[in-house]
Amino acid sequence: MAEILVLAEHSGESVKKVTTELLTLARRVGEPSVVWAGAGADAARERLAEFGAETVYVAGSEDLDDYVVAPKAELLAELVTQHAPAAVLVASTAEGREVAARLAVKTGSGVITDAVDLSDGLVAEQSIFGGAIIVQSKVRAGTPIIAVRPNAVAAEPVPESGRGAAQVENVSFAATDVAKSAHITERVVAERGERPELTEASIVVSGGRGVGGAENFALIENLADSLHAAVGASRAATDAGWYPHQFQVGQTGKTVSPQLYMAVGISGAIQHRAGMQTSKTIMVINKDPEAPIFELADFGVVGDLFQVVPQLTEEIRKRAE
Amino acid sequence: MNIVVCMKQVPDTGSERTLRPSDSTVDRDAADGLINELDEYAIEEGLRLAEAHGGEVTILSMGPQRASESIRKALSMGADKAVHLVDDALAGSDALGTSAAIAAVLGRIGFDVVILGSESTDARMGVMAAMLAERLGVPQLSLASKVEIDGTDVSINRQTDYGYDRVQGSLPAVISVVEKINEPRYPSFKGIMAAKKKPVETLGLADIGIDPGQVGLAGAATEVVSFAARPPRQAGTVVKDEGDGGVKAAEFLAAQKLI
Repeated sequence: MAEILVLAEHSGESVKKVTTELLTLARRVGEPSVVWAGAGADAARERLAEFGAETVYVAGSEDLDDYVVAPKAELLAELVTQHAPAAVLVASTAEGREVAARLAVKTGSGVITDAVDLSDGLVAEQSIFGGAIIVQSKVRAGTPIIAVRPNAVAAEPVPESGRGAAQVENVSFAATDVAKSAHITERVVAERGERPELTEASIVVSGGRGVGGAENFALIENLADSLHAAVGASRAATDAGWYPHQFQVGQTGKTVSPQLYMAVGISGAIQHRAGMQTSKTIMVINKDPEAPIFELADFGVVGDLFQVVPQLTEEIRKRAE
Repeated sequence: MNIVVCMKQVPDTGSERTLRPSDSTVDRDAADGLINELDEYAIEEGLRLAEAHGGEVTILSMGPQRASESIRKALSMGADKAVHLVDDALAGSDALGTSAAIAAVLGRIGFDVVILGSESTDARMGVMAAMLAERLGVPQLSLASKVEIDGTDVSINRQTDYGYDRVQGSLPAVISVVEKINEPRYPSFKGIMAAKKKPVETLGLADIGIDPGQVGLAGAATEVVSFAARPPRQAGTVVKDEGDGGVKAAEFLAAQKLI
């Protein structure tokens, strides 16, 4: 079967969920090989095998961590030349899309971003214009490079008998000088507590204008914590400075696709809908029955969020006991 | 300092946006064309860098004739001049073709800093800064929430999922900016009047040495196979809170096995 390269997203030896989703899709269209940039591959092998990885190309060079995306694109380009894979899959994260972009230029290949599904013939499904239109696209030049939206497909492990070998193949790699021209000198980690990452979370609880102030976001955070969810915010809330900008869900922020999305005090302008419309289940809490967000709701409560949210949080905690 | 801001005219996100059934490209006539919102931050950042360090701000836009309205608006914010890449053969270009054409213009007009918004509201790919940096062989300083320039040294705060990275490079460089890096100014009446007299150079593919077969719909490395309107979501249940709204919501979550 045709080899599919999957660029692993990982934090040390911990494999991010999106990587297992990419492997699940790669199995559908070929035989997955993982490209692992940085340390931690040995400890991750078992997890990668569980999702069908046959080969794990490991490049441990520090160049891959210390510079903005270009070295990763060089590594992938070398592997594409050596192994002529049928496609390259990356996560459609900010960094994944940039790696894909540079790889596309290097290899003269078409690139599709934000795919939400992948079928035979490497046809990618995308959801565009705020989720209003569903598009089927494919690459017709070079090696198809497809960036897949996290959480868009369910990761499925391979049955025990058919596990991948996850054979490690070490790759010697050194980035060129031009790829080392944007040097990461410091990584600043903002306080986030124990919450999952916004784009990876299975549940996202977002607050909007109706929350009314920064101090009231504690309500949203409490609800999120009762569900082990990530916290998001509408643009109205981030523009007002109530919640940090990197948590904005919407057209100019993050696109999320969780199992459950809860929109609290959010009216549902196109700006916001563009970032959450492909969520599997949507719950809305808003005092305005005319708010357009109710059009998307699988379940909606018309009511005062300051009454409904604490009651819901308490009820969830009670049921979890 | 020679500052070039790349600006894309996009369909108004507030209107109903569609693809054209004939060739599956964005129907740019169906909606008003506006400056891509994130590019407004790029324009503002360019103007601020010019104010702080001296130099000229050039707006570079690739797009059909009607993009000239958005170019005038960018000039009215305070940019000095503009270059409009317009050629029928560019219609339907994908990201690869677009980046090739824009890189060719940048090679022709020269630059110390190229600034663009981190993505457009129509295609939302977020690839252009990386593609331009790759093609031009200069530092990629993308997703900046802060830009500092000192001589030829440039450093940015690069927005990440966990916070930000401090990234350093040297000029010339490609910078993309995220929302909130600044507050874009509104054009003043004086600015609007002045913009009418500012020079706009129009270039075609022949001027920049790009083969028409490399760009446009025919030269695109990706193709749309089909598209359809998303089926409306099945109408859900909406209840009015009568003092038990939270409990009812929890019951729904339990029934869906979400808790």
